[in-house]
Amino acid sequence: MSDIDALLRELAPQVLTAVVRRYGGFDTAEDAVQEALLAAALQWPEEGVPDNPKAWLITTASRRRIEQWRSDSARQRREENVAALTPPDPEPVAGVDDTLTLFLLCCHPELTRPSQVALTLRAVGGLTTAEIARGFLVPEATIGQRISRAKQKIKAAGAEFVLPPAAERAERMDAVLQVLYLIFTEGHTASSGDALNRVELTAEAIRLARILRAELPGDGEVIGLLALMLLTDARRPARVSPDGALIPLAEQDRSRWDATAIAEGVSLITASLATAPIGPYQLQAAIAAVHSEARSAEDTDWAEILTLYDLLRTIAPGPMVTLNRVVAVAMVHGPHAGLGELAAAESDPALASHHRVDAVRAHLLDLAGDTEAARAAYLTASRKTLSIPERTYLETRAARLS
Amino acid sequence: MKYVVLIYGNPESRQAWEGMSEEQRAAGLAYYQQLNDELDATGERIVSERLAMPELTRQVSVRDGAMLTTDGPFAEAKEFLAGFYLLECENFDRAVELAAKIPEASFGVVEVRPVMGLYGTEM
Repeated sequence: MSDIDALLRELAPQVLTAVVRRYGGFDTAEDAVQEALLAAALQWPEEGVPDNPKAWLITTASRRRIEQWRSDSARQRREENVAALTPPDPEPVAGVDDTLTLFLLCCHPELTRPSQVALTLRAVGGLTTAEIARGFLVPEATIGQRISRAKQKIKAAGAEFVLPPAAERAERMDAVLQVLYLIFTEGHTASSGDALNRVELTAEAIRLARILRAELPGDGEVIGLLALMLLTDARRPARVSPDGALIPLAEQDRSRWDATAIAEGVSLITASLATAPIGPYQLQAAIAAVHSEARSAEDTDWAEILTLYDLLRTIAPGPMVTLNRVVAVAMVHGPHAGLGELAAAESDPALASHHRVDAVRAHLLDLAGDTEAARAAYLTASRKTLSIPERTYLETRAARLS
Repeated sequence: MKYVVLIYGNPESRQAWEGMSEEQRAAGLAYYQQLNDELDATGERIVSERLAMPELTRQVSVRDGAMLTTDGPFAEAKEFLAGFYLLECENFDRAVELAAKIPEASFGVVEVRPVMGLYGTEM
């Protein structure tokens, strides 16, 4: 990403909130800002970055907004007074909560999750539709439709550019955190070779989480999410071999982990666990921190990890929590204990035919020394996964056991 | 998540189509257009195509570096691929829900298959 792209992404939410504050109409303002960003991306590399890039963008977006407004209103009422529509003072009145309001609006409960994701990346992240489409490996038209439909829905729902009432805030924040985590996991692909052109969604998710944290510095779950992303992303250099194969956590070369990201993640989560109310993102970050602090896989404090999963299972149960906890049980109490828990876990319909159940079973059977059954379970898992790198990994495991 | 919807025709569905009046066919095509418009509005349709009749199939095989082609018709084929959709849906259930709206689901067979991706969680 060029310096100009980075600058545009940074300024995008500030420009958008300024234009929305001045003219209202989130949907049209968002279009106008997107046009201004595209204009800047074309002009600035040629003509140089203006002295006050934010003011340039606000002015350009305002002009687009007024042009749109004029062409709309010309059709309706030509006598409309346009005197009120002069471009605003380029220095906007920056409401402290504006970026937070923008996050919450983009993750409006009327929208589907994929729409929330696309709109957040564009309106808060300042990405173009084309960049988002590349990130998700879908055509630009698909993302374009998703965004325009999302904005229509927001409009139809009568949602205003204001912070939701305090009573709704917690639920609405959950959606924002989920959207950011979804962006992160989507970018968290194993393969790098096939994805040269891919927008770095993990980096975008981390950047957005940092922006959110600046808006809500005391929110433990926002800190937890940021820490979780940093600690997970820190392992990226070790997670994939040069030929694109997945390397499991236990076999990763820990010297290749990003020590700076780990230090930041650990320090964030340590501080928030000491002060903020506990929540699922903080617990997941704490688990990631325990892994990252072990010098080798053998040094991992599995008892601590199991305690954290027990807590997580209480406050935020879910199929993946159940499965990961089973692995922790096996590491603390032995593979047979883990297999027993796994049999019970399978009664959850969400796990009934999930490939991860077979993958975990294969791993535990392997630990228990039942090579033949482990091999069969790896093959079953490999047939069920929808991930190409995972399938390769599971097939390789099976082949090693034959 | 991406899903492919494979639409199969069979002799009965073909006969049904051939027995339709012009108006009925136009209505059938208009229904597809409407379905496509709806799926474009939700951003779920990536691409869809209607395939030419199976008689126009050419089978291609390469053996020892030599290409062999066989032209249709393949009378033995009871079911033939008549068209497909590539969808981007939130989950499998949604893809199935959309597949059920395809007219062939009423007299032919419609299959939904998930597309493999590069996403990979850490093992």
